Amino acid sequence: MPGGYAGKLLDVDLSKGKVKDITFDAETLEAYFGGRGLATKILWDRLGKRWAEIDALSSENLFLALTGPMTAIYPGARIMCSGKSPLSNGVVGSTASTEFASEIKMAGYDGVIVSGKAPEPSYILVTEDSSEIRSAKGIWGKTGEETIIALNREVTAELTKRKPAIGLWKEPGIIYSGPAGDSMVKNAAVMTKLVHACGYGGYGAVMGSKNLKAIVAKGRGKLPAVSAPEATKLLWKRTHEILISQTRMRRWGTGYAGYATGYETSSEPVRNWQEEWHDEKGIGGPHFETRYWVKKKWADFNCTTNCMKVSCIKSGRFKGDITDMPDYELEAYCGTNLGIFDAEGAVHISAVIDNLGHSGINGPNTMAFAAELYQRGILVEKDFGFKPVWGDAEAMEKLAWLIAKREKVGDTLAEGTYRAAIKIAKMKGKKPEELLKYAVHVKGVEIGAHGTRSDADYTHDASYAASVQGGDHTSTITDGYSEMSGAVFTDSAVFCNFCFFSVPQPLVFDYAKAVTGFPITQDSWRKVTGPRIVTLQKVLLLLGGPDKTWEPIKDDDNPPRYYEPLPNGPYKGKFTDKAKVDDKVQKYFETLGWDTRGIPTKETLKRLSLTDCEPAMKKLREG
Amino acid sequence: MPFPGVEVPHLCTQCKDYPCVASCPVDALSVDKVTTAVIVDKEKCISCSKCIRACPGNVPFLHPGDNKATICNLCNGDPECVKVCTEAGYNALTLTQEGTNVNKRLFSRPPIEVAKDLAVFFFGEKGKEVI
Repeated sequence: MPGGYAGKLLDVDLSKGKVKDITFDAETLEAYFGGRGLATKILWDRLGKRWAEIDALSSENLFLALTGPMTAIYPGARIMCSGKSPLSNGVVGSTASTEFASEIKMAGYDGVIVSGKAPEPSYILVTEDSSEIRSAKGIWGKTGEETIIALNREVTAELTKRKPAIGLWKEPGIIYSGPAGDSMVKNAAVMTKLVHACGYGGYGAVMGSKNLKAIVAKGRGKLPAVSAPEATKLLWKRTHEILISQTRMRRWGTGYAGYATGYETSSEPVRNWQEEWHDEKGIGGPHFETRYWVKKKWADFNCTTNCMKVSCIKSGRFKGDITDMPDYELEAYCGTNLGIFDAEGAVHISAVIDNLGHSGINGPNTMAFAAELYQRGILVEKDFGFKPVWGDAEAMEKLAWLIAKREKVGDTLAEGTYRAAIKIAKMKGKKPEELLKYAVHVKGVEIGAHGTRSDADYTHDASYAASVQGGDHTSTITDGYSEMSGAVFTDSAVFCNFCFFSVPQPLVFDYAKAVTGFPITQDSWRKVTGPRIVTLQKVLLLLGGPDKTWEPIKDDDNPPRYYEPLPNGPYKGKFTDKAKVDDKVQKYFETLGWDTRGIPTKETLKRLSLTDCEPAMKKLREG
Repeated sequence: MPFPGVEVPHLCTQCKDYPCVASCPVDALSVDKVTTAVIVDKEKCISCSKCIRACPGNVPFLHPGDNKATICNLCNGDPECVKVCTEAGYNALTLTQEGTNVNKRLFSRPPIEVAKDLAVFFFGEKGKEVI
């Protein structure tokens, strides 16, 4: 077994109530590495033949929670959740920082593959001695806080019963779905540690569709051995030294950007992307730091970057709200994009969103979409039962609950922004295009809070348009932050992006080589392994179905809103140029060896040893 | 951990009366004369967990590797944890000498109690709900 891998995965069939261990050979692991890569491979092998017919929320879909070879060995341990996405109908790799990743590796597993559907609400307990499916009847539909407290109590009691002698147990690692996931809100997140989420892709809904409330892991073993221990030790030390010197990240996390991204680069969503500029200083790092951060340094297992801070509101109307930071994405999506410009309101909405298990980006995106429809008189007060006006944090809280409980118009909004737009258009007797121009998404996946119109942020014209992850802001296709190297690598080796950018890339690849023993280099990743994973993701995305199959090239586009000029700020009048987007999309396809419509060519599939995809792609190329 | 951020280091504070040492049926525990740390003789330890129950703070545990009692031995007076904490710039841990500092008496409390206080300190009234 190559270094870094625990060596086996837990295969759980919820329909039959059976668990078994499965292994992968070294060649597959070298070709797909782990995390997002391995997940795509597993999904292609098991569901690829019938991909277009499988509904993402049916029992046939798989739910995967995988680690990679570098998880918990490289700083910033993460877990990667995947499956067939109910939003894009392709594969989205979605990660979150959590101790679940290190616990499951110490329990001797690289991840969990869940298939089937449990007859009643259940959770899976993974330990090094035995793994079992247990009833979660009491916690089904409960909020994040209640779920964590109940599971912690139950699992600690069970573990103490099994091994009474060993002393106090440290709490186990848990990934769970909130009320939003349980009622299958299509963009719900897989939550962990109360405030962290695998947000993109809607895998909370996939968990909900399987009657799976949580996966709990507790390991007391060692982390897997690495291939070259001495070299790893040296590289670990070097990496830590570099990460410790990142003082901005350590002091403010991404929380500093709430003001800067809006004011300076003009790429922060305001009122459902109608504007991208604001000059409210209150929604930025220093203000949060002095007013709300009760714990200024908080990190996950083995992380030196330490970008997390804990917020708590101790007085006033939102007393008792607890959330992580909120980070830049949540400052934008739970703040400015809902018209909320006070820090307290942003903390409150973030706390509500986290507790309900909405994805902090995708959930509020749909909320803002609904609020804009209300602003334009398309949806009225009767649809909601209250008035969702911009900037009203209490009304927005009600809206979040409405979607999570699937009540009134919330039932439609729970389909995600794209599908909700089409359904509401039908409901109100309008053409879909009339509403889709307010929906900010790419291939069903709502876009992260970095606009492309001002061209001053790290995201540019085609960043989202051609990405196989849809609107994922951590995996865009801009150079340097490239689809072929950075994000695919961190999602497949499964560690945190923020432990990656400041470290020189050759050093990270040396690290990967020392851990796994594979002859991996930056070049081989850029030319072979990365493109292989992305191409396989693209194949599955093109196959799509059953409710929506994205058309080649036509759907490789930004949402209409990005082509409207910015109404204010230093970049007033700027918009994303369609001709430039088309040009960059073509160049991107060319780099990856796809044809002009974005369909992988026969030669590319052969070069990347994906020849079993050829029949399906041939049909697409001809059709 | 029902609240984020309330993680507490789980360390031996070297009680004056050493209940763990007194509870050991096979004399596997002893007190280091220089550092006052509790030293575990792994050869003698029979993994009976009596020291864990005797400890007012539930501090010792059976090590997953060899299943023997594990108690902080202060790294012979030069603790590695303090070194890395200083190196990383947190300065959360400081080394104090017995008899010269009041901190030891102030902070030697069971970790669960510390966690409860910390939760209240961070989150106010809501923190009282901590387990």
